[in-house]
Amino acid sequence: MNQLSTVFRCLVGHRLAMISAAILIVLIVFTLCAPLFEMMLDTKMSAIDLFARFAPFSDEHPLGTDELGRDLLVRLAYGGRISLLVGFTAAILSAAIGTGIGLVAGYRGGWIDSFLMRATDSMIALPLLPLLIVLAVIDLEKLGFSPEIAQHSDIGLYKIIAIVSLVGWTGVARLVRGSVLSLREQPYVQAATAMGVRGMRIVLVHILPGLTSTIIVATTLSVGNIILFESILSFLGLGINPPTPSWGNMLTNAQELIWDAPTLAFFPGLLIFLTVISFNFLGDGLQDALAPKSRNR
Amino acid sequence: MAHFLISRFFQTASVIVLMSFVCYMLLGLMPGDPIDLLISADPRLSSEDAARIKAIYGLDQPLLLRYSNWLLSAMQGDFGFSRLYGKPVLVVLWPAMKNTLLLMGLAFLTSLAIAIPAGILAARRIHSLTDYSINMICFAGISVPPFWLALMLILLFSVILGWLPANAIPLGDIGFVERAKGLVLPVLTLAMVSIGGVTRYVRASVHESMQQDYIRTAFAKGLTDSQVIRKHALRNSMIPVITIISLDAGTFFSGALITEFMFGYPGMGKLLFDAVLGNDYNLALIGLLMATCVTLIANLLADIAYAALDPRISYRAGMR
Repeated sequence: MNQLSTVFRCLVGHRLAMISAAILIVLIVFTLCAPLFEMMLDTKMSAIDLFARFAPFSDEHPLGTDELGRDLLVRLAYGGRISLLVGFTAAILSAAIGTGIGLVAGYRGGWIDSFLMRATDSMIALPLLPLLIVLAVIDLEKLGFSPEIAQHSDIGLYKIIAIVSLVGWTGVARLVRGSVLSLREQPYVQAATAMGVRGMRIVLVHILPGLTSTIIVATTLSVGNIILFESILSFLGLGINPPTPSWGNMLTNAQELIWDAPTLAFFPGLLIFLTVISFNFLGDGLQDALAPKSRNR
Repeated sequence: MAHFLISRFFQTASVIVLMSFVCYMLLGLMPGDPIDLLISADPRLSSEDAARIKAIYGLDQPLLLRYSNWLLSAMQGDFGFSRLYGKPVLVVLWPAMKNTLLLMGLAFLTSLAIAIPAGILAARRIHSLTDYSINMICFAGISVPPFWLALMLILLFSVILGWLPANAIPLGDIGFVERAKGLVLPVLTLAMVSIGGVTRYVRASVHESMQQDYIRTAFAKGLTDSQVIRKHALRNSMIPVITIISLDAGTFFSGALITEFMFGYPGMGKLLFDAVLGNDYNLALIGLLMATCVTLIANLLADIAYAALDPRISYRAGMR
């Protein structure tokens, strides 16, 4: 309890992190309110109205409409659901992968450690976007999935979560490995070893709980990048498929329309930017609050 | 040192070969089949013709054998033909590569020219309002989606102000000034994406070296602020910065891909994107490998530069 209140006080002291947390809560509430906006504005997310294309700001359409006459505010709220869902799910998945790799590397040490860390370093060094593009166009049927699965309308969502999770784990793996290296030498872990506790149990019962703050910090720091990758792939037309909106794919047509409807290009990107920068500030603040030793200020 | 260089070289080479295998496998999983595409384009071709064509290209052989055959001919400099352009892969890749290197080089210089002074300024006034403002801007640079940044720059400079073209290379024969004007927005976009990270590295590194004893000595003998920074602090603090920047080469290339896509710039990234979407296997494969090679070689060069610049580092007992 005492530790919790210290952490809380540190976070409150970190003004930017607090503002970021507030912005994130507002954004989450905004996306949750999507059906409410539909009701209040008396429209539907996919309601096409070709007579009201590129409508300006009005009471009926607070942020105007897009090239098919769909209400921008409602689509932003629904698109945010997808973008945040992908961000959170992929962040948790990649945190699980990264924690696993970091634990094995840090605890086993030796050639396993150097192999895993070399792999992680190579992964960080690679130009990831071209690889992600190739992964995104892979034909699932050639991987042995049945045609029903490969052509399912939601497959784009699962595919993009899987793809960004596959590359998002590197930061978590490095930080977790570093923490495991120091926890391994702690007296209580050595005591457990001396009492005859076996490897797997030491890792799960004695080391993993000590990693909580490291994992939280590393995961928060990775969410921003993961959302960026999702938005880039969706923007390129390789992630979430229209008509399902996501903040990334709402910008796909914006470039050609930038002369006619500049606001279409402005708002979705602004929300991506706000989300990513808030997660980065929050991660930075959490790092100060939870793992002060890990930084060299 | 020689031992270090050799082991480092082999490590780089093995990652490249491993990557070539992974890319070969991945591209085999792309939708469509080149022979099917060929046959669907020409109704005169029968299934016997298809089998014959497959035999010519060795597509009836097992995957591993095909890969080793490909690797053998690639090592002899035969990278095959591009399906989209109907030319040898290297002929298509080479001009695109030059364009990308130009874009990345200019953006890199721009970002250094801004990031180094900004980082030093932040480090000198650490925890001041200046420092916090610079930090805010860095976070903004790290967090902005590059394609949206490009859109906003186009919106501001092309649509609203009308100063610069929204396309990197306008059609037709153009002079140097026009070409340079077309490069401004792409270079700015790519530089902005990397500026935040570099500034933070410079700040941390300069701040750390300012704590050293020899800096106190330099101040004690009466040197001014700028003399101490230029002659004593900067040189040492740039060494780690070089390494960290070179580790970001992959991210930088990813940024170049998006930038080229946004501005229609005829570089490697755009070519690669078109090749992947256009089922151009040979081009996509070599493009991916070239991009990997460029980033890995950047890392290798940085390691060597690190060794050359800092005589204290010993490479006997394994690096990092």
